Order: sequence, then C-alpha cells, then structure tokens
Amino acid sequence: MIKLFRNLTKREIFYAIVCILLIVVQVWLELTIPDYMSEITRLVQTEGSHMSDILREGTYMVGCALASLVCSIIVGYFAARVASSFSATIRKKIFVKVENMGIAEIKKFSTSSLITRTTNDVTQVEMLIGMGLQVFIKAPIMAIWAVMKILNKGLEWSILTACCVAILLFVVGTLMAIVLPRFRKVQKLIDRINGVMRENLSGIRVIRAFNAEKYQTNKFKAVNDELTDMQMFNQRCFSIMNPVMNLIMYILTLGIYIIGAFLIQEAGMLDKITLFSNMVVFSSYGMQVIMSFLMLALIFMMVPRAQISAQRINEVLDEEISILDGTFEGKTKEIGTVEFKNVSFKYPDADDYILKNISFKVNRGETIAFIGSTGSGKSTLINLVPRFYDATEGEVLVDGVNVKEYTQEALHNKLGYVPQKAVMFTGTVASNVSYGDNGRGEVSRKKIEEAIKIAQGEDFVLKMDKQYDSHIARGGTNVSGGQKQRLAIARAIARDPEIYIFDDSFSALDYKTDSVLRKELKKYTKDATSIIVAQRIGTIINADKIVVLDEGECVGIGTHKELLKNCSVYKEIALSQLSKEELEDA
Amino acid sequence: MPRPGGARVQEKSKDFKNSMLRLIKNLSPWKVIMVIALILAMISAILSLIAPDKLSVLTDTITAGISPDVEKLTEVGQKITDNLGEAGQQSFTICNGMVPEVDEKSDVAKQACENLEKNLTDIEIDGVTISAKDQIKFMELTMEMGDEAESERSLELIDELPDSIYELVKPSIDMDKVKDIAIFMAGLYLVSVLFNFIVGFSLTTVSNRFANILRDNISKKVNKLPLKYFDNHEIGDVLSRVTNDVDMIAQNLNNSLATLVSSVTLFLGSIFMMFVTNWIMALTAILSSILGFVLMFAIMSKSQKYFNEKQEALGEMNGYIEEMYSGHNVVKAYNGEKEALAEFTGLNEELYQTNRKSQFLSGLMHPIMGFIGNFGYVMVCIVGAILTMNDVISFGVIVAFMIYVRLFTNPLSQIAQAMASLQSTAAASERVFEFLDEKEMSNQKDMKKKLNKSHVKGEIEFKNVKFGYDAGRTIIKNFSVKVKPGQKIAIVGPTGAGKTTMVNLLMKFYEINNGQILIDGVSTSELTRENVHELFIMVLQDTWLFEGTVRDNIKFNKEDVTDREIWEALRTVGVDHFVKTLPGGLDYVISDNDTVSQGQKQLLTIARGMIEDAPFLILDEATSNVDTRTEELVQKAMDKLTEGRTSFIIAHRLSTIKNADLILVMNEGNIIEQGSHDELMKKGGFYEKLYNSQFEKVG
Repeated sequence: MIKLFRNLTKREIFYAIVCILLIVVQVWLELTIPDYMSEITRLVQTEGSHMSDILREGTYMVGCALASLVCSIIVGYFAARVASSFSATIRKKIFVKVENMGIAEIKKFSTSSLITRTTNDVTQVEMLIGMGLQVFIKAPIMAIWAVMKILNKGLEWSILTACCVAILLFVVGTLMAIVLPRFRKVQKLIDRINGVMRENLSGIRVIRAFNAEKYQTNKFKAVNDELTDMQMFNQRCFSIMNPVMNLIMYILTLGIYIIGAFLIQEAGMLDKITLFSNMVVFSSYGMQVIMSFLMLALIFMMVPRAQISAQRINEVLDEEISILDGTFEGKTKEIGTVEFKNVSFKYPDADDYILKNISFKVNRGETIAFIGSTGSGKSTLINLVPRFYDATEGEVLVDGVNVKEYTQEALHNKLGYVPQKAVMFTGTVASNVSYGDNGRGEVSRKKIEEAIKIAQGEDFVLKMDKQYDSHIARGGTNVSGGQKQRLAIARAIARDPEIYIFDDSFSALDYKTDSVLRKELKKYTKDATSIIVAQRIGTIINADKIVVLDEGECVGIGTHKELLKNCSVYKEIALSQLSKEELEDA
Repeated sequence: MPRPGGARVQEKSKDFKNSMLRLIKNLSPWKVIMVIALILAMISAILSLIAPDKLSVLTDTITAGISPDVEKLTEVGQKITDNLGEAGQQSFTICNGMVPEVDEKSDVAKQACENLEKNLTDIEIDGVTISAKDQIKFMELTMEMGDEAESERSLELIDELPDSIYELVKPSIDMDKVKDIAIFMAGLYLVSVLFNFIVGFSLTTVSNRFANILRDNISKKVNKLPLKYFDNHEIGDVLSRVTNDVDMIAQNLNNSLATLVSSVTLFLGSIFMMFVTNWIMALTAILSSILGFVLMFAIMSKSQKYFNEKQEALGEMNGYIEEMYSGHNVVKAYNGEKEALAEFTGLNEELYQTNRKSQFLSGLMHPIMGFIGNFGYVMVCIVGAILTMNDVISFGVIVAFMIYVRLFTNPLSQIAQAMASLQSTAAASERVFEFLDEKEMSNQKDMKKKLNKSHVKGEIEFKNVKFGYDAGRTIIKNFSVKVKPGQKIAIVGPTGAGKTTMVNLLMKFYEINNGQILIDGVSTSELTRENVHELFIMVLQDTWLFEGTVRDNIKFNKEDVTDREIWEALRTVGVDHFVKTLPGGLDYVISDNDTVSQGQKQLLTIARGMIEDAPFLILDEATSNVDTRTEELVQKAMDKLTEGRTSFIIAHRLSTIKNADLILVMNEGNIIEQGSHDELMKKGGFYEKLYNSQFEKVG
C-alpha cells in the first residue's frame, strides 16, 4: 500500500497535508463545541444571567460550528481531489503498462483480471484514500483527544468507558471473524448463480431439446437456496450489530449517570460540584470515544480489502516487460521477406519447447502456409513475427533484419496481421477498417471501400442501415462471426502491408466466400507476402510453400503435391478432409 | 448491456408508485410479519422520543441533590439562636472573643464558655438531637460563613458541621427516584434494543426469502419464454436482473424500509412534541433548520447528477478498457497505442472530473447536517432564554427542546437517503417484473396426443410450410418435402444462410406460420413441445457443457443411467481413453478454462446424445478448431449416431453431403434447391458453384 502511495505527486501530498492540518483544527473545534454547549446550558439554567452572555456564548458556538463546517468542506474538497486524481494517475499507469505488455504477460494475468485491476481495484484504493483522508485521520485524533479530555476525571467512569469500548471491539471483532470468511463464500456463490444462469441461457436450445428444464431449475434452486442461507446468516449477524451498538451507548450513558449519582451522594460538599461537571463532560465525551473507536473498527475492516487491491495493482506495475523496443527504423535491403533461422520457443516458465528448431524463408509475393493439429505450434510460430513473443533461441528476420532490432512501430508498419478471433472496436465499419497507424497517414475513404470489397464484405456492409458509417457495437456483437472476420481482413488490406499474417482467419467463412476472397486478395496484392495458418486443406492447397508442423517440429516443407507424396502427417490430414479423388482432382 | 459493478447509480424508476405497489403486493405472503416489524420500528422510535425526556429528569434529580438544604439550615440556625436566648448569645460572643473589651484568653471569656455549654439544653429537630457542643460548633461555623458566603470555603464548612446537624442539612440525591428512573430507562432501552433486533432480524429474513423467490421465478420464467425472446435480448441483461437487480431489491428492502418508518415516526413525533410543548419554540427550531435542509436538498440533487455522470463515465471506461485489453494484439500490430492512449486519457479525465465533483458534493451532506444541528441548538437556547426571562416558559422546556432539535434534524437526512434508495428499488423491481411479465409460450394443456418414442417409425413430412421470424417477413415460403424413416438429409449453404432455422422448426422452438410438419402423420401442432423434443437427439456445433462432472454432463437430466451405459456411450464415440486419462475419470469436473479441447467437448456432447436415444437426429458438424485426429473421431462418432435414425445434418464435410439421401440448399433464409448430390450437380445451380469453389485455383 505504502509502495503504491509513492505514486502521489507533490501537489497531492501537499493537499493531503493540508487535509491533515485542517482535520486537527476541525477536531479541536468539534471538541470545543460541547464546552460552549454546557456553558450555554449553565447560563440558561442559572437565574439572573444576562441575555448578552447567552448571545455571546451562542455566537461562539455557532462560530465554532461554522468554522468546523468550513474546515470539513475544504477537507472534503481536497480529499476528493487527491483521491480522484491519484486514482486517475494509477489507472493511466496501469493502462500504459498493459499497452506495453507482450501477450505472455497479459496471459499471465488474464485479460479479465487486468480489467478488474484497472477499474475495481483502483476504485477500492481510491475509496480508502477519499474516506481515509477524512475518517482515517479523524478517528484516531478524535479518540485520543476525547480520551485525554476525560482522563483523570473519574476512575469509575473511565473503567466503564473502557469496558464499553472493549465490548464494542469484541462484538465487532467476533462478527467480523464470523462473517468475513462467509462474505468470500457469498461472492463465490454469486459467481456460481451467475454461472448456472449463464449456462441456462447459453444452452437453452439443448436444455429444451432434452426436456431438461426441470433439471436446470432444480440446479439453480440448489445454488439459490445455498446463497440465500449464507446471505441470510450474514445479514442476521449484522442485524445484531446495530442493536448491540445502541445497547452499548445506552449502557454507557445510563451507567455514567448512575455511577455519578452514587459518587456525588458519597462525596463531600466541595467535590459534589466537580463530580457533577465531570459527569456532564463524561456523558458527552464518552460517546465521542465510543464513536471514534467504532470508526476505527470500520477502518480496520476496510484496510485489508484495499490492501489486497493495492497488491494486485502493484503486481501489474512491477511486472517486467519482456519485449523491449529496438532502434532500427531505416530502410531495408530486402522487401517482403520473412526468415526463421533455427528458431525454438518455449514459454518462460515452461519446461517443454513449443517450437523446435524451425527454419524457412519466404520471399516477396509468395504465400507460405502452416498446417498441423491443435497444439502443433502454428499460432505460436506466426506470433513471433509481430513480436508478440520473442524466440527463445534462433533468429526471426523480417526483410533481412532481426525483429528485435526494429522499433515495434517500424516492424508493425510492415505487417498486416489478422488474428484467429476477429477483434472489433466500438465505432463504425469505416473506423474499424481504417484502424491504427501505418506510418503513412490516414486511410482514405476509397481505400476503405476497396478493402471491404476485396474482403468480400461489400454485400453485407451495403445492406447495413448506414453502410460504411454503420455503427459497430462493443465487441462487434451486432455483426456475425463471418462478417467480423471479413472486416478484420479488410482492416489488414487497408493497411497496405508488405507482409500479411492470417492466423486461421478464414475459419468462419464458408468454402465459397473463402476461395473468392483469397482469389481477390491475390489479385490485389501481387507483391505482398502472405503467411497463413489454416485448418482446412482447401484454404492452403495453392500455397507456394506449405510447412507441416507436428508437436512443434517441422515435419515437411513443400507444395501440396510434394507433401502428398512424401509427408505422411500431411497426407493423413488431407485424407481426413477430402476424398482421394478430390485430392487428386485438385 | 451488462451494467458495470461497483456503486450503482440511483436510477429513477419509470412509474414509482405502481412499481412500489406491485412490490408490496408481491410481499403479501409476509404481510403479517412485516406489519409487526414496522409497528415495532415505530414503537421503538417513539420510545427514543421518551428516553431523552427521562434522561433530563434524571439530570434534574441529580442536580437537586448537589446543593445543601438551605431551608433546613436556616431552620436549624433559627432554633439554635432561639435556644441560646439573649444571655446565651452574649456568652457566645464573649467566649469567642468577639467583644473587644474582653480578651479571648481571659478568665471572663473562659467562664462565659463554660456557662454557655452548661446552660444550653439539647434540642431536637426532626428526631435528631443536637447537643450543646454541636450547637456551639454550628454557631462558630455560621459566624465564619457569614463573611465568605457562596465561596468554596462555605462548602467546605458545611462538611465540617457536626454530624448531627450535617445529617439534617446535607445535600441528598433522591436515590430512590434515581433508581426508579434508571430501572425505567433500562427497561425502555432494552425494549427498544430488542424491538430493533426483531425488526432487523425479521426484515432480513423477509427480504432474503423474497429475493430467493424472485430468483427462482426468473429461473422458471426462462423456461417458459419463447426462444425469440433470447434472440433479441442479451444474456448479460437477464443475468444482471438475476443478480444486480434482485440484490438491490433485497438490500434496500432490508435497510430502507425500517429506516424510513422509524425516521418518519421520529420526525413527525418530534414535530408533534415540539408544538405541544411550545409553538414559538417549535417554529424557532423548524425555521432554523429549514435553510439547512434547502441547502442539503439542493446539494443532493446536484450530486445525484454528478453521480449519474460518474457512473456513465465509469461504464464507458470499463467498456473501453475491456475492448483495448482483449484486442491487445490488434492494437499492437496496428500501432494503435497512441490512439488508444489519447482516447483513454480523455475518458480518464472525464472520470476524474465527475468523480471529484460527486465525491466532494456527497461528502458535504454530513458536515452540513452537523452544522444544522448545532445552529438549531443555539437558536433554541437563545429564543428559549428570552422566553424564560419573560416567564413564558420554564427552564425544563428549553432542555426538552435541545433534544427535540437533534431528534428533528437527524431523521430528515435519513428519510432523504431512504427515499433515494427506494427509487432505485423501484427501478430494479421494474426490470425484474418486466422480465417476469414477458409473454410466455402458448399453453399446451389441451394437447392430449402423444407419440411414444419407442414406437415412432421415423417418418417426417413438411407440408406447405411457411415461416418468418418477424410477422412481415416470410423467409421459408411454401416448403414441402417428405422424408422416409432412416434417411439422411444434409442442409448446406453459405454462412448466415439460415441453417439453424431448420433446427428451430423441427424442434418446435418456433411455431410455423402456415402449413404442417407431420411426424408419422401426426402434426406437431397437436403435440406438446416436450413430446417433440423427446423424439429428437440434438447435437449442436457450439458444444454446450456445464460446470460439473463428466458423468453429470453425459447423463444430464436422465436419472437411471448406469456408469456402464455411460462408458458404453463413451466407447462408441471413442473418448473412453481420453476420459480415463482425466483425473477422477467420470468424476472429473469440467470447467471453462480447461484442458478439454473443443473437439473432445463435441465428442462428449455426442455421447450425451447417444444416451438420450431417440428416433430422429439433428446434427451440426463442427467447422473449425478441431484438430485432424479428433475430427476423424468426431466423424466416426457422428456416423454411428446417424445409424438407424432419420437424420438432419447441417453439413460442412463433403463426404457427409455426398452420402446424403437429400440435400437442402439454403441461402438468405430460404431453401433454394433440393435433391441429391448428383441431381444438384447436374442442375448446375447454386449448389454446383458452392461445391466447385473449393477446388478453384487461386492466382
């Protein structure tokens, strides 16, 4: 937590100090008010006191109250400022950090965890600061100050107050010990109930087809009942809290008076008055003591949660970034070439290599395809080109230069990458296709339309209500999987890259669209190099070079015809998809 | 869109009154317990109106016991003076050296002292005998006191009074009265605490039970809604009704209802008490608070605005981050970082501003309330003092008002907060009820016909079927085909051609607009949906497995399935080896992020279909993400499944298509061609083009 606070700027620290000072003043004012109160009470009570005295004391008291109000307004202003600017800074830092991360780091954290770290966790810390600058600082000062005011004013009362504080802390502590672990369980049960409901909805066709409605309803009911029981237990525990708090305060008030009555009764004449005024002081400050301890207890409940959040944020900020920028931005001798020289790859913590000693070279205008079963390392292999990962051993060269030497921007300007899962951003069709920066200025409207046409998206885009300016919803939920994939391909085309990378990017397209698209693309990009990963033989049948991967190793390189003859793995794959005659026809 | 977590906006409901009425109506099973709870809350509030009053009586009693009994003191003085008489007084003055001519140490003085003591008789006051010595001591002390009246010394002197007299005049708290009040108050407090506890406990119970029932109802409702509903609504939307909205209703019912009742009682009660006691003071108290309240409500509505803005900004931020993080590889590969950062900075700044403002404004409430309380206190004291001086009211009234002011100002902010949270309760319950009110599928109580699945031959016929998802747009126009038992029908067409429409119609997920679908000559419109479902095995492409053991996933809702039958099915499908390698075998729990691959999942769903066993089969072949070896297994398993069943296959593999008895070619929702592979190839239409496209040379 403290480590995270190092991110506070000088100005924020200054504001925080102002807050602390003002809170001290405020506590002093608040604790002075009861003095004026009792003075006013005394004046009103005493016969023959002057109206002007009451007015004077009243003015002082209102003055104090007003000053305390002003203090707390200023404190509130600065606290809100510090908390929200701090959280904005942290959020930005996390965002920048994540932007710079490689896939390996993102996978390590998982995307959803990174999202909650950027939002929820920051909010948790922000709340602690916002509350903290007010309550956190105020409660202990208040507690100490109030204790000091009542110290030496009567042992019996002090014991009573101490007992009350002890009971209070005991009750809060016990409740927390019982309830907190159950809170975590409730959270899990809520996740479960969400899970079962999500399951019900996503599998609704299957459930109905199996007439399993009742089965699912019962499943839901079981989780629901468990959740209800757990939550009810927690809330019932908490329903004890409030009355107990009240009871403690009642006991304290009444106790102070009763003890007071006995003490005064026993005391000598001179002590009676002192005792009485002490009793009045006690009855107001004793309550303050209890309240401030209650506040302290609440803070101690809040801190651990924020602590966990702070840790989670620090984990992200401290993560070492493995992919570092090179410096090369200049012109290369070769154009459109990709070469792997004895490349091996394994994940940082893994024992086994995913890719073993892969070498090949593809030249300008050629198409190279990778095929193999799942887990053979195809996707990993092409991820090395845009440096989503770095090769563990060996070299990856683009245009004859090692990818590590380029600035990432310069490297990416040469590439047009289409991922396995098409990514859409909120915006319009056009903004999605013209996305990014290729170092050559904005993409023209004509180019966008052309790219969509080549990607076989013109038909459906023109049918949309605003054509190229049609809205794309968050995550692209308003277009189908096949449409998304075509737009993602159009995005790569609009970039005019030297090298295309298709990571199984045709899977959601039917054969016909797939083949027409590739034909059009070939026409358009005669000079561009293509790297394709595919599952379907049909997609890669015409590639200049096909690399067959099996468990990370290259078991064959060649054309379709060659491989059919001399590569058994390839043949097996091919036969599983097409009949013998069809293969020969091709 | 799923609403982001964290603090929820206090949403405005569309129709607050009706939503609340509906909510209350739904709470009627607990009406007795709720009414009792609310009455107890009210009583407890009234008790807290009485308590301060008693406390001030207690203070008064103690105060009364501090000062000595001055009347008694005067009485004693008078009696002793009387007893002394003229002579005695003279002797006393001489004895104490108060006569200048006589020296204190002289014999005359000594003689006077002796005489004084000798001549004095004991006196008796209130049954206490005061000896001559005590009387003299008293006289001496009174002399001293005369000089320093009202000073501290005078109090000390009282302590020095001879015991007999001290007994008479000493200040005494009426301990019996203190005890009575203390016992009364303790009782009051205990009752109030007990009531509070009962209220909290019972409302917690009610709100949780209510939430439980609401959730159950939603889950049951899901099964009664037509599939069309889910085509138009997102899963996240329903989910957020189940969790967020129901939670909000339960929480707020629990908290705000009791608060509202007791606050209103306190508020009205204190106003009532104030006016009954003294109207001028009452007006003073109310007027001095009004300014503060106006200010408070102004701030509240303003901060509400910023809160909404903040929530919106937070939602946008969440969405943007999600998009950027999950599209990270594209952002990087397309050099979109700068653009992303610029966009993010804008959103972050917006969030910062709204965050700062809403936090600041909402933080103002508490201090302002405190100030109103103090200000009211002073005003009451000042006006009270003026009135006391003019003998309009007594001091006790002021003390009472000091407490009423507190009781009056505190509940108002609570009422305001409770009202706001009831607003969001109403909004949440509107969403829940809206879902529960959705139109359900048609009633099928009158359907008496039933086809027994073990006797169905497996004939199916489409007769002039017309269908459209929307009323205006018919997509299947007058489709007829007759399928004989055991035949294989392949449904083919490009992406988005509407192949799932066929599944929807066969399974009676949707009702056809016109024409008939006949199973063994019986129209499906005469059969219940459950009966139709029973007759089909359905294996879809998006494999649906739930979080549970392999066994549960395979036997699903069928109860009397033995492990042997499950292994049998797994063996037929060819995943028995795989399942055996899983830790725990059949007891292995399948979860989302798992080692079980897409293909293996598909195999498991096929095994589930095997267990189901029905005369018809609907099968959706996998297109991608299945590696070749698994694909082969899947293919074999599917072939096994089609044996002896009338099968409809959404086909991607050419071998399946070519072997089909009948091919239905679909495009843009329509069935545009039908026939066998050879027939369709000969025809040279859409199908022929589709088939040949995969062999075309590119480039």
